[in-house]
Amino acid sequence: MSKILIVAEHQGGKLNAATAKCVHCASQIAGADIHVAVFASDPASVASDAARITGVSKVITVAHAAHANPMAATIAPQLAELAQGYSHVFGPSTTFGKDLMPRVAALLDAPQASDIMAVESATRFRRPIYAGNAIITVEVVAGTQLVATVRTASFDAAQSSTSAAAIESAHPSATLPQHTRFVSVSAARSDRPDMQTAKKVVSGGRALASADNFKILYQLADRMGAAVGASRAAVDAGYAPNDMQVGQTGKIIAPELYLAFGISGAIQHLTGIKDARTIVAVNKDPEAPIFEVADYGLVGDLFQIVPELDKLIASSN
Amino acid sequence: MNRILVSIKRVVDYNVRIRVKPDGTGVITDGVKMSVNPFDEIALEEALRIKEKGLAEEIVAVSIGPADCQQQLRTALAMGADRAVHVQTDAVVEPGSAAKLMLKIVEREQPMLAILGKQAIDDDCNQTGQMLAALWGRPQATFASKVEISGDTAQVTREVDAGLEVLEVDLPAVITTDLRLNEPRYVKLPDIMKAKKKPLETIDPSALGVSTVERLKAVKFDPPSQRSKGVMVKDVGELFTALRGKGLV
Ligand SMILES: Cc1cc2nc3c(=O)[nH]c(=O)nc-3n(C[C@H](O)[C@H](O)[C@H](O)COP(=O)(O)OP(=O)(O)OC[C@H]3O[C@@H](n4cnc5c(N)ncnc54)[C@H](O)[C@@H]3O)c2cc1C
Ligand SMILES: Cc1cc2nc3c(=O)[nH]c(=O)nc-3n(C[C@H](O)[C@H](O)[C@H](O)COP(=O)(O)OP(=O)(O)OC[C@H]3O[C@@H](n4cnc5c(N)ncnc54)[C@H](O)[C@@H]3O)c2cc1C
Repeated sequence: MSKILIVAEHQGGKLNAATAKCVHCASQIAGADIHVAVFASDPASVASDAARITGVSKVITVAHAAHANPMAATIAPQLAELAQGYSHVFGPSTTFGKDLMPRVAALLDAPQASDIMAVESATRFRRPIYAGNAIITVEVVAGTQLVATVRTASFDAAQSSTSAAAIESAHPSATLPQHTRFVSVSAARSDRPDMQTAKKVVSGGRALASADNFKILYQLADRMGAAVGASRAAVDAGYAPNDMQVGQTGKIIAPELYLAFGISGAIQHLTGIKDARTIVAVNKDPEAPIFEVADYGLVGDLFQIVPELDKLIASSN
Repeated sequence: MNRILVSIKRVVDYNVRIRVKPDGTGVITDGVKMSVNPFDEIALEEALRIKEKGLAEEIVAVSIGPADCQQQLRTALAMGADRAVHVQTDAVVEPGSAAKLMLKIVEREQPMLAILGKQAIDDDCNQTGQMLAALWGRPQATFASKVEISGDTAQVTREVDAGLEVLEVDLPAVITTDLRLNEPRYVKLPDIMKAKKKPLETIDPSALGVSTVERLKAVKFDPPSQRSKGVMVKDVGELFTALRGKGLV
């Protein structure tokens, strides 16, 4: 039988939606017994959130001041210790999970499957390679413990349940290294929805031509209740901050609606939006590759189209 | 000696349109352009800049893979690496094995830094650097967009989902590169000639006492599911009507 340990991701005392997506993924393994591990300086509120995810049978908390700012170097040795006896250890394919899980896998001498997008059995998984241009099915050798990251765009969050799982505290004995110190993290500055969970995303490319011009996208996004994304070219040029980058090396998202303005549609960008339900592309070049994946394409100048669309939405609300 | 180890992976060039073989046994790589993994070029560029500031004396480029990897190692030498180590194998090398092999080279070379790419653009695993750091028992600063060395610590700015995180790590440490860390220099022709004379050592994995067993086997490869072709609308009004019809605006 499969026994699966999932590491919780959280911010400001709240569980991140990525954790419930990992639980959904894990619950597709038949007969899985699913536990969630919470590392925090004060894990109580996160643990009670985790205990109410359908499919979770136990929550294990590790309280330590060193976990106030989660770092792979400090969590990995403790998580590896807790992971003894589990057949699978999962984390989300966010920068938190991508940083942490391989360190855990190496300490366990276990192989890792990155970005799993589908579960075929307890030992067989599908994952994208080559920026999503091929899908590989991998099989772990029987009896081998497996570490994995879960591609969050491929799974809905598991529902919350009315009954709560048991919460236990653990005290791993692994010593915490002193060689890595947290200095700072730039505060999330926006009250817009988080791009990875937003239902709608308005995104801009190099064509925006300045950070100032991005304001027309922020205005449209606020009108629609959407998050704002950007291509790498726009981020590299300094028009948008790095956490807005969508794509192979940015965020992989699956919103219901993705609006791409002045984005050409490079493979590396398309990787990030393949799972969007509806894609709209606005580009002045009728040959732009983005039109090959768009559900609705409009050839034209974004500097005219964005304000027009904004006006239509405003007047119909 | 202050040394930096940089890994150089040979991958299908990022401009190549990847196609899966019709029988599902892999992707087509015959006759396809191969290059240095873009993140590894950035790793080497960062090492060169650290050396140019006088903070390191030697840069060693390491590649693991078949004989052809030497082309990419020569590129690294032409960019400015001082010498190269090729761990030659035709076997499939999982990130776990790559990290174990890299650790052996680390133990031999005793670098102050090992700089790797955050991911290889073929398998997109994003594992090797973190695994090396764990096996070495040293800090990791992944997805770096800025590196500042002072004495025996490094301050590294990391690109994370929330924005930018700064860590301070004791050296030696492992750093993995993100795209905005730097822009790699172009290789000049005379440097290519000079690179031919730089030392390139070839080692067999068994000589390092590491077996490259496969624990995660490829069962099959499929092309991704295609999105069905959409429609072109003629103006904003039509776009708005279509989206309204679906309840999206
Ligand atoms: C290893 C690697 C990883 C990468 N990872 C990513 C990634 O994660 N995300 C990502 O996005 N990219 C990534 N890239 C970069 C990618 O290859 C492209 O360079 C990038 O996506 C281009 O951004 P863009 O579409 O904004 O710019 P461009 O390709 O320059 O396109 C601009 C578009 O705007 C249109 N346009 C211009 N003016 C107007 C106007 N007034 N109105 C309407 N349309 C207009 C043009 O016709 C053009 O199609 C990566 C590249 C590499 C090598
Ligand atoms: C099922 C399967 C079958 C495969 N079959 C083949 C095959 O037939 N032939 C083949 O050549 N490969 C094959 N590979 C690819 C090979 O195993 C990959 O090199 C390995 O999976 C590492 O993944 P990655 O490069 O995505 O690691 P990542 O962790 O994404 O790499 C991160 C960084 O680590 C460094 N790095 C990783 N590997 C190397 C390396 N070998 N040399 C130098 N630096 C490195 C680089 O700096 C890289 O930027 C296969 C992989 C899998 C999973």
